[in-house]
Amino acid sequence: MSAPNSNYDPVEVSPLRADEVERFRDEALAAIAGATDLDQLKELRLAHAGDRSPLALANREIGALPPQAKADAGRRVGQARAAVTAALAEREAVLLAQRDARILVEEAVDVTLPWDRAPRGARHPISTLTDRIVDVFISMGWGVAEGPEVEAEWFNFDALNTPVDHPARALADTFFIESADSGVVLRTHTSPVQARTLLTRKPPIYIVAPGRTFRTDELDATHTPVFNQCEGLAVDEGLTMANLRGTLDAFAEAMFGVGVVTRLRPHFFPFTEPSAEVDLRCWVCHGASVGHPENPCRTCRSEGWIEWGGCGMVNPRVLIACGVDPQRYTGFAFGMGIERTLMSRHGGGDMRDVVEGDVRFALAFGPES
Amino acid sequence: MRVGLSWLREIVAIPATATSGTEGGHDVADRFVRAGFEVDSVEVEGSLSGPVVVGEVVSFDDEPQTNGKTIRWCQVRVAEGAEPRGIVCGAHNFAAGDRVVVALPGAVLPGDFGISARKTYGHISDGMICSVRELGIGDDHAGILVLPPGTPLGADASVVLGLGDDVLDVSPTPDRGYAMSVRGLARELAGSYRIAFDDPASAVTVAAGGADGGWQVRIDDASGCDRFVAQIVRGIDPTRSSPDWMQRRLQTAGVRSVSLAVDVTNYVMLELGQPLHAYDLAKLRGPIVVRRALPNERVRTLDDVDRTTHPDDLLIADDSGAIGIAGVMGGATTEIDATTSQVLIEGAHFTASVISRSARRHNLLSEASRRFERGVDPGVAAVAVQRAADLLMQFGGGRAETTSTDVGERPPPTVITISTTLPAEVVGVDYDIDEVLDTLQAVGCEVEQIGHELLVTVPSWRSDLRDPFDLVEEVARLVGYDRIPSIVPVPPRSGGLTEAQRARRRIANALADAGYVEAPSYPFIGPADLDALGLGPADPRRRTLRLANPISDEQPDLRTTLLPGLLSALRRNISRGNIDVALFETGLVYRIDDRENGLVHPPRLPVDRRPTDDELAALDAALPRQPRQLAVALAGDRERSGWWGAGRAVQWGDAVEAARTVAREVGITLDVAADEHAPWHSGRCAVLRIDGVVVGHAGELHPRVVEAFGLPPRTAAAELDLDAVVGAAAGLAAAPTLSTYPLATSDVALVVAADVPAIDVETALRAGAGPLLEGLQLFDVYAGAGVAEGSRSLAYRLSLRAPDHTLTADEVNAVRDAAVAEAGQRVGAVLRS
Repeated sequence: MSAPNSNYDPVEVSPLRADEVERFRDEALAAIAGATDLDQLKELRLAHAGDRSPLALANREIGALPPQAKADAGRRVGQARAAVTAALAEREAVLLAQRDARILVEEAVDVTLPWDRAPRGARHPISTLTDRIVDVFISMGWGVAEGPEVEAEWFNFDALNTPVDHPARALADTFFIESADSGVVLRTHTSPVQARTLLTRKPPIYIVAPGRTFRTDELDATHTPVFNQCEGLAVDEGLTMANLRGTLDAFAEAMFGVGVVTRLRPHFFPFTEPSAEVDLRCWVCHGASVGHPENPCRTCRSEGWIEWGGCGMVNPRVLIACGVDPQRYTGFAFGMGIERTLMSRHGGGDMRDVVEGDVRFALAFGPES
Repeated sequence: MRVGLSWLREIVAIPATATSGTEGGHDVADRFVRAGFEVDSVEVEGSLSGPVVVGEVVSFDDEPQTNGKTIRWCQVRVAEGAEPRGIVCGAHNFAAGDRVVVALPGAVLPGDFGISARKTYGHISDGMICSVRELGIGDDHAGILVLPPGTPLGADASVVLGLGDDVLDVSPTPDRGYAMSVRGLARELAGSYRIAFDDPASAVTVAAGGADGGWQVRIDDASGCDRFVAQIVRGIDPTRSSPDWMQRRLQTAGVRSVSLAVDVTNYVMLELGQPLHAYDLAKLRGPIVVRRALPNERVRTLDDVDRTTHPDDLLIADDSGAIGIAGVMGGATTEIDATTSQVLIEGAHFTASVISRSARRHNLLSEASRRFERGVDPGVAAVAVQRAADLLMQFGGGRAETTSTDVGERPPPTVITISTTLPAEVVGVDYDIDEVLDTLQAVGCEVEQIGHELLVTVPSWRSDLRDPFDLVEEVARLVGYDRIPSIVPVPPRSGGLTEAQRARRRIANALADAGYVEAPSYPFIGPADLDALGLGPADPRRRTLRLANPISDEQPDLRTTLLPGLLSALRRNISRGNIDVALFETGLVYRIDDRENGLVHPPRLPVDRRPTDDELAALDAALPRQPRQLAVALAGDRERSGWWGAGRAVQWGDAVEAARTVAREVGITLDVAADEHAPWHSGRCAVLRIDGVVVGHAGELHPRVVEAFGLPPRTAAAELDLDAVVGAAAGLAAAPTLSTYPLATSDVALVVAADVPAIDVETALRAGAGPLLEGLQLFDVYAGAGVAEGSRSLAYRLSLRAPDHTLTADEVNAVRDAAVAEAGQRVGAVLRS
């Protein structure tokens, strides 16, 4: 049996009177609804929902009520407090939105103002194009070889089947170091890297060799005494001219886009046999300007084709001079002018702009050419 | 070589096409291109439109004019029985009854020159009497063209003159000497069209020849000459000139018409490819001798230049001495003149390299020398001489002697053995055996098949065919390169960039990201550039290599530093208005300062075998050191000024930071110290080291250098040995274990003597602080009130963290005190009070 509650307090305290609880609630709701900023709301939260707020104090009194009154008081106070809390949250959301809206408007700026505080940099398009070319061949599994620019004539000519008095040697417009018989030149092409590679590596060899080359041309709109080439060399068992064409086609497509048409045209280079020049079908007139002076084409100079570079099967004499067995190995080689490739890809241009270092030229190409 | 299509058609029957009656110049040009001959142009020679006809000058009156000229008022008939029409003419080189070319109103002459009836000199001129220049067939403007007497009246002048011919300018590659002739080009066309070829050389009946022919000839130098044919033609009428068609063909080829005898030798050269020379027989003194030049021997050449010969020059001589440089140019003493009636025609075969050297030595690149150095057919000499004699008889009324002189030792023909499958193996096209045989025969080879091998005898005109692969090219090009399939080869192992190549690419990209623009410059410099850099006389960068043939006499040397080129590019940019500019360049420099005696001439190595490793090492040892360097140069504002406020001008530190950027890309730090080094400001120059080895310098340029290069004050620059930096790249980084305990900081201000480098203070603090130090930041440098004269205050923030616990205040203080104590001990730093 339970005993009666000896602590029973028969006096009903005023804060728990139903009308009082409603009053506290209504006062709080009115004040919250009238709050105009977040600081004020903070004070109101303290006053109406804080530990010392009338509703909190009322809540504390519930425990002293007779059991039969507790449930009713508890429900009434609880509902009042929940209403106040909800009103606070609601008002806070409204005031936060108002404040944000005000601040974001007040702090608005003109976002079109320039912000180019740091001058831009850029690599030279010849360099980035060289990287692009190299990457094409890297993706096909090739490597990159290098060689000196001041080169022995033996590497630049003799080893490449171009003996003294060979007409091709006289045509090369060579810069000689110190004297014409010093045996040392500025390399006239990147082909000596072929010989250097063959002498130091064993086949199979698949390399490209980009680099600077030199010929005694005066600088003008289309010539420069210092220019860049990219050499390619593959020596392996069973390579044919079909592999040369396949490689050049893949290269051309990577440089000039899908659908570019190439042509191999017989030519002469001492270090390749058979030799060819590789031409690109003019992508502007597609050959329609040939023989039609009334409708000339600037891109191909009405020739229908654009010369791109030289190529061929490595002459067995070169293999012999470099200690590679021509009975076992065949190879192919090619060389492209990078300036010419740049101008073909990007449509004309003046060679002086390419070489003079004016930042406007490099910047125009952006991070990659 | 420029040749008209009509001449080629005389030799080879160029077939009709599906679309037009006959293949035109562009079709034939395409054939040449596919066979490996560049065609520089296809032009229509002398294109006339409208009525241009043959007329007869019936009569004329000379009418003096007030301007001093005398014009001819001519009556010209342009059809049999027609009324003459009046035409005003300025020329006087014709007589009544002459046949001339008349352009009637409505005609258009070359140069878009339209003809109409117009009033001039008081007459209505009803047409124009034409000169060769007006007709576009010559340069002669001295008078009008007078046609041979029986030329049909009223005939179309284009037909009479053979105009409207397509002229092709064909450029054979330097190995194909045979193609510098109509004979050779026609053979190529026949091979390309796969039609029969009748060799014009076979049409000539050669007189008997031998050592005891009409004139004695002795070859004293067999290494320079293996054949010499000479024939005498007497009784030539010196007043006769060469026929119009011959002159026109010469003119088309760019050869000047001189006299019948000279024109004939040039014509036969164009036709058969054999350079000929005609001597005035009356001026020859005794036997002709082919020999090398004597010491200081002189010869007066046809161009009236008195030349001193070189001992290697091959000369033609007689008892009087040198009468010509063999294969290059004849001599003045035996020159054909206006009275020459008997000539000796020379057709010889000289060694290509000998002629090539002579021609270049004397800077005489003649039609003859260009052919000899590319290779002339030694088999055609007698034919060509006979052909010339025949033409002299036909057009000059001469009589050739019945025997000619023909001396020399001709080498046996080249025989090459190739496997029948070699062309297919090399080219990757499945040629059938008939294609191979047909092609080799079309170029003139005799081919004998023995099982799986072909015994190929090379014709005398193809000295370029020496190896099996040469024959492969003939098959490939005449069958057509368009037959070659496209097959990408797959390397058996993968390639890729080396670490150094990757590093160089990263470095260039990092500098571009940092606002530097790459500006590769020419490697040519001159003494003035090095003076402008302020290099001392003993500076190793003064030891340059010099070019024998520089583009500019001011810059004959190869660079030993990138700075002259880069600073010039900087100035060029500024002068063009690009004022806030930061440039970089990477490239080779050429150093011989490690050589006692400058450039060593490398040994001449063999090519018929692999040189030995020692031979190759000797070759490479002769080349200069060629390190790859990197340089930056910058001027103006490093950060721009703008609406946001002031910018920041370039300072010495930007150049040092650029160097640090480079090093960062290979995972290393550069040791920096003060230095004095040209061309930098001696108080603002940092020397950059890796492991104690100097790899470059950076800082502000010396004011005098800035001035000498015309640059703005405070221009900064750096130059690094890129190979050394890349070579010092850090290996694999060890992955760190990160502490997540809180960071503690402690600030100290240290007073040190003003000449103590900050790097020394920093090094001491790091050493004293020990492993708990995570970061050290110099956040203030101060000198002035409160700090003793001659000292400065450096304020550092130490950032500390332990791997395994939160640092206590006592631990932080202990680390700070230890760091300060070390700085006190090493550089005399005291805490600023």
